[in-house]
Amino acid sequence: MKNNGSKSSAKKKLLPKCPTGIQGLDEITSGGLPRGRPTLVCGGAGCGKTLLAAEFLVRGAVQFDEPGVLMAFEETEKELTANVASLGFDLEGLVRRKKIVVDYVHIERSEVQESGEYDLEGLFVRLGHAIDSIGAKRVVLDTLEVLFASLPNEAILRSELRRLFRWLKEKGVTAVITAERGRESLTRHGLEEYVSDCVILLDHRVNDQIATRHLRVVKYRGALHGTNEFPFLIGNDGISVLPITSLSLNHKVSGERIATGIPRLDAMLGGKGFFRGSSILLTGTPGTGKTIVSANFAQAAARRGERVLFFSFEESPDQIIRNMHSIGLRLEPLVKKGLLRFHSARPSLYGLEMHLATMFKEIATFNPQVVIIDPITSLMDSGTNSENKGMITRLIDHLKGGQITSLFTSLTQGGHALQQSEAAMSSLMDSWLLLQDFEGNGERNRVLYVLKARGMAHSNQIREFLISDRGIDLVDAYIGPSGVLTGSARAAQGALEKAAVLAGQQEAARLKREVERKRAAIERQISGLRSDYEGESAELRRIAEQVGTSTLMLTTERTASGILRQADAKVVVHARSRAKNGKENP
Amino acid sequence: MKTKTVKPRAAAKPHRITKLWQLRLYVMDTTPKSQTALANLKQFCETHLKGIYRITVIDLLKQPQLAKGDQILAIPTVVRQLPKPVRTIIGNLSDIEHLLVGLDLRPAV
Repeated sequence: MKNNGSKSSAKKKLLPKCPTGIQGLDEITSGGLPRGRPTLVCGGAGCGKTLLAAEFLVRGAVQFDEPGVLMAFEETEKELTANVASLGFDLEGLVRRKKIVVDYVHIERSEVQESGEYDLEGLFVRLGHAIDSIGAKRVVLDTLEVLFASLPNEAILRSELRRLFRWLKEKGVTAVITAERGRESLTRHGLEEYVSDCVILLDHRVNDQIATRHLRVVKYRGALHGTNEFPFLIGNDGISVLPITSLSLNHKVSGERIATGIPRLDAMLGGKGFFRGSSILLTGTPGTGKTIVSANFAQAAARRGERVLFFSFEESPDQIIRNMHSIGLRLEPLVKKGLLRFHSARPSLYGLEMHLATMFKEIATFNPQVVIIDPITSLMDSGTNSENKGMITRLIDHLKGGQITSLFTSLTQGGHALQQSEAAMSSLMDSWLLLQDFEGNGERNRVLYVLKARGMAHSNQIREFLISDRGIDLVDAYIGPSGVLTGSARAAQGALEKAAVLAGQQEAARLKREVERKRAAIERQISGLRSDYEGESAELRRIAEQVGTSTLMLTTERTASGILRQADAKVVVHARSRAKNGKENP
Repeated sequence: MKTKTVKPRAAAKPHRITKLWQLRLYVMDTTPKSQTALANLKQFCETHLKGIYRITVIDLLKQPQLAKGDQILAIPTVVRQLPKPVRTIIGNLSDIEHLLVGLDLRPAV
């Protein structure tokens, strides 16, 4: 698109453009309609031709100071004023301030009789007079083809129309001519033959009972333009075409983190929760607690004093409040305080475009910091894939532009590959939480894990997700060699582990006691041996003492007897040494 | 009986004729086309509505704002203001038959 833009700006000298002010249309046509030339807007009944034309005029008068003339062939001034008032256009006021002239041209075939030749100079006079009276730069003819029904002579009409378009070009006004879609040609009466500078085709298609409007620039002479079909909305502030290509990726980002309302989940997200202004996707199979997580998030935000807008496409506000009450979330005080607002609508109520328009309007009036859409998938049933992606891109773009944190829940049908079914959406999301069921042991248990969280450290672990009457709690799921265990299996595994630990402790105590006992036994042995030894050594000592005393007595006896017998000294010495020998060898 | 039936008919006819016909002819400038239309109208009125008609010629070149009032698109246009209802005939009035039908002077065939 950028490339096109630069090219068209080079051509601007050749082909000046007239901005319509209609959201998105100027992007598609890179600047607007061809200035000073007529543009044909064709389409079937009820696809918004008149509104597009009217908006072109009103925006011209209000935003670009280009007064305009609306020549209406189908609706009276009053009807037109009422119709465009629903888009917030004050046609009456603009007419009073001489910014716009509305001229209702009515001609009833039954009341008109032809007699001889004529021309449509009267129309020219009226148009010329209207243009000159306010210095109009823009002209809308809605719907010129009515003339084919009211004037019997087609030959005259055709030549006059040709003259009219030439005359409009000469006048230098930018004109929009609306026409009914024909069966085989663009318009029923072949008006495209006369208006060849720019042709815009509007379409209102019904897919699966839901209607969506589309706009396509069929032809734009002398300028590049987006050739695709673009969905467009008729909202409360006019038409907005949704060109995905014109969406920008330059939002301001915030480094601020906001808590999710579930402390354990915050811990999984680096301890602080999500980034403000990020988009969060919450997918899960039915009954996994998506709404509960959303409600928690909403409650946490509202308690911080932020405004929260909750779009519910499945439950009524009262039902959500009641259901959340059962898990200990009290939302009604927050609703009463004006911090939390619910908007419930059935997805099939109207088309995707209207949903988007309503959501934009709600967001604009409530000015929330957090938006919750529960669930986005039921909304997506009302459109085709590309439309959905376009819509969500647009929505996320809008929310991010306003730094609004958005939480989308998404229902995954059982049996689908979780990741695959959300492929279209997930690339647009900054964070993705997954809620899942685990079946086993005759029970179903919920688990939660963080699939992706752009720009923050996050836990890779599965947490079991418990819902009680006190709210949500996340517990560590048992992850071991036998897989992930949750619920009673996790509890059973826990008990098993506890028993094992207990048994181990008991075994250790027993061993300790055993060792103690052995030590005591050995010690007892040691002390026995020691007492034995002591006994024996005492005996030895006693024997030694005995020997000593007896030798001494012997010596003394011998000495005494020697003395008695008067033996000479030699004998005495001899006897003493013999006695010594005898003692050493017993 | 005869006189009775004749009388109302005789009375009705002059009553209808005496009603004033107000005709407006919208033209654009004094082009030959406009001149033809005016001449044709005058001739027609002299033939069919002698003495009870009044023609107002409006030149839209001078008074363009008047085009809106009578919903004028085609030029020339004759608008029968009176008698009611309003009738509109477009064209240069060269086709007398259609003009007679258009002005309710003869039922459509």
